[in-house]
Amino acid sequence: MSAPTYDLGKLHGGLRLAAHKKQSTSEAIQVVPLPEQLILPITQHAGDAAQPIVDIGDRVLKGQLLADPDGLLGAGVHASSSGKIVAIEPWPVSRRYGDTAPCIVIECDGEDRAIDAAGIAADYEQLSPDQLLARILQGGIVGLGGAVFPTAQKLMQAITCELDYLILNGVECEPYISCDDMLMREHAGEIIGGAQILLRALALDVAYVVVESDKPEAIRRLGEVMGELGDERLILKQVPTIYPSGGEDQLVQLVTNREVPSGGLPTDVGCLVQNVGTAAAIHAWIRRNEPLVSRITTVTGDGIAKPMNVEARIGTTVADIVSFAGGYTEHAQQLIIGGPMTGKSVTTDKVPLVKATNCILVLSEAPAVGAELPCIRCGDCAAVCPIQLLPQQLFWYACADDEEKLRRYGLIDCIECGCCDLVCPSHIPLTADFRTAKARIMELADEKARAARARQRFEARNARLESEAHTRDAELSRQKESARKAGPDAIAEILKRKQEQSDED
Amino acid sequence: MEFPRRDAPYLSPKADVSAMMLQVLLALIPAALAHIWYFGPGFLFNLLVAAAFCVGGEALMLRARDRDPTVAVADYSALVTAALLAFALPSLTPWWVTATGALFAIVIAKHLYGGLGFNVFNPAMVGYVVILVAYPMEMNLWVAPRMGDIDYIDLTLMQTIKYTLTGMYPDALNFDAISRATPLDAMQSGLRNMRTYAEIRTNPMMGDFGGRGWEWIGNFVAFGGFWLLIKKIIRWQIPTGVFAGLLIPAGLMYMIAPGTNASPGFHLFSGATILCAFFIATDPVSAATSPKGRFVYGCGIGFLIFAIRKWGSFADGVAFAILLMNMAAPAIDYITKPHIVGHARRGDHQ
Repeated sequence: MSAPTYDLGKLHGGLRLAAHKKQSTSEAIQVVPLPEQLILPITQHAGDAAQPIVDIGDRVLKGQLLADPDGLLGAGVHASSSGKIVAIEPWPVSRRYGDTAPCIVIECDGEDRAIDAAGIAADYEQLSPDQLLARILQGGIVGLGGAVFPTAQKLMQAITCELDYLILNGVECEPYISCDDMLMREHAGEIIGGAQILLRALALDVAYVVVESDKPEAIRRLGEVMGELGDERLILKQVPTIYPSGGEDQLVQLVTNREVPSGGLPTDVGCLVQNVGTAAAIHAWIRRNEPLVSRITTVTGDGIAKPMNVEARIGTTVADIVSFAGGYTEHAQQLIIGGPMTGKSVTTDKVPLVKATNCILVLSEAPAVGAELPCIRCGDCAAVCPIQLLPQQLFWYACADDEEKLRRYGLIDCIECGCCDLVCPSHIPLTADFRTAKARIMELADEKARAARARQRFEARNARLESEAHTRDAELSRQKESARKAGPDAIAEILKRKQEQSDED
Repeated sequence: MEFPRRDAPYLSPKADVSAMMLQVLLALIPAALAHIWYFGPGFLFNLLVAAAFCVGGEALMLRARDRDPTVAVADYSALVTAALLAFALPSLTPWWVTATGALFAIVIAKHLYGGLGFNVFNPAMVGYVVILVAYPMEMNLWVAPRMGDIDYIDLTLMQTIKYTLTGMYPDALNFDAISRATPLDAMQSGLRNMRTYAEIRTNPMMGDFGGRGWEWIGNFVAFGGFWLLIKKIIRWQIPTGVFAGLLIPAGLMYMIAPGTNASPGFHLFSGATILCAFFIATDPVSAATSPKGRFVYGCGIGFLIFAIRKWGSFADGVAFAILLMNMAAPAIDYITKPHIVGHARRGDHQ
């Protein structure tokens, strides 16, 4: 069954990139054996760090909660296998900010005993939407597309909005990454099951399952599963293979022709987007009581001997996963967590696989492209920008550090997809420049906010002093007035009385 | 294992300034061959002189500005300037005239404004306008094209070289014997002398649309231009704008008063219209840069070409039209900013 491509919105620009996905999709997903040690960062999600609720020396079981977000924005961290907590210490991670983060280190006992989940598994259809949300909250589930926003909180925000569509994102537009593709091929049923759970939790009745046209096998499998179920709320949609159609806002625009407002969320235009992997994780948690303790990730690039997709426990180090995939080749010169357009370059393979890790990409050094030349304003960057920004102008204003112009030309709306970089004939690292400029703008905004707060405090203090002075003056003049009314005799009398009083003391 | 830290994206850029400039040069080859065929080998010498002074001037200025001359000379942009200047010159041009134009283009118009990417004006057109004003006679020495019954004067290679080097006319020839009015000159003076368009077109120098020979060079230029469009070196907005800005007013005027106005076909195939649309106006550095802005920019150039040809004192107006619109480019960019996805559209009240 092929999915119809119909009534799509239009995405501006974008690039057709060489996919490099064949290498990693020729074989089925392989399971990485349990490592000796698992390194679990307590922050694997957007939001606040989860607080460890175990101590060094504790014995834990697979699926046991180790760190709890404790009511804040975040997601719990569960033990990926059974064993002993040997350390809670900083460890190198692949998070976007900072190079190390606190991690809980488990020495596995190899028995992989799961925590007893008796009595929890219930038919989800008997749970109310609120109960479902509460349940999802406990599963440690975050958006597996890369943004790792805590899923339960995303859903709780969404139910406060007027929603029209649930959109399941199976687009996976970045080159090399194929973990969602493989998931859709091998676990289509779980994705669709997850979609049904989400529909119930959100009290919605339309879900689009969106897949890029270069994944015919995934589309076929999803189609089969949906055909068997006959659930009319689910609609399979195929979108053209153009990077970056899989960005959340871009996908909404592509599927519904609605633009997510600047600084807003898809829920502002009635859509909630979930990655297909997230849907499968929700399914595993709600139906089988398995919290998010493993994920599928792509290990690929010309620096990997046997590119493949693996299912590995959260906390397995990249080094372990790479050696499972045949180890490095002589071309291994760059290690990237994520894809080649938006991934994060890391300096060591000691970093653990986290919930966000959809790809471990090892590449040879990019061929030298010659020196960076001045911008010739060819406008090719503007032609490919999915947000319709003018990168050539932004670059100019970024060089001039012109904050006001940068804002007016939409720097904040830049999604850092990297398209402009790739087409720039002058080889200007535009995305990196914009990232810096954005950070600078944020910093300025911070400074401004601080200055504003300082000014407010200062003004409040002045006002207080003034009003105090005013009250004092008023009091003084009131006293003077009453004294004047009473006349000099009265004053003399008062003074005399005071004198007598002090004499008596 | 340890790895170096890099910034995303990690893929190599697909495009290259020098590759783009090289494509522009390649796209000009058919037109150059046609030019040599119709007007003799003088074009080659002009090109050589212009190239030598453009590249030399570029290298000197880069050294003066403490930049690495090898990097910037290798981007071919100076050669593109030289080629465009050579196309603007009569095939017989003394070397010092060409050299003046080339040096002015590179030294003043390009490097004194900051070099590649920073020049406000199209360097080739600045160079051309300077010599057009400084050497009016030399710049008027257009020969007739090699076209059967037209009185084409076949100068030998040696005679051409001698004129280029010394500015001396070949034996027994003088300016009047060699120079011929261009079709644009003939049309402008004819119309001003109260002759009708149809009458002027009976002159044997006139071809199907423009002047014979001349219009064929236009075809070869267009051939290269379409190739650049297909290769996405240039985009459609500027050429379309130039044609629209020139042909729509020309067509309207021709419909209203066909006797006293040249036809749009004549405008299209005469002078430097086609070269301007595909090669000169599309210089990205000095043009408007937003997609809509480029169309407006092109329209402005087209209309100014029409206005100068019709009401101005110069026969063709391409160079002036380009320079005038260069001045307007920043304002055009400001006015034609595209809608940013997710922002309120103009007229929205949110």
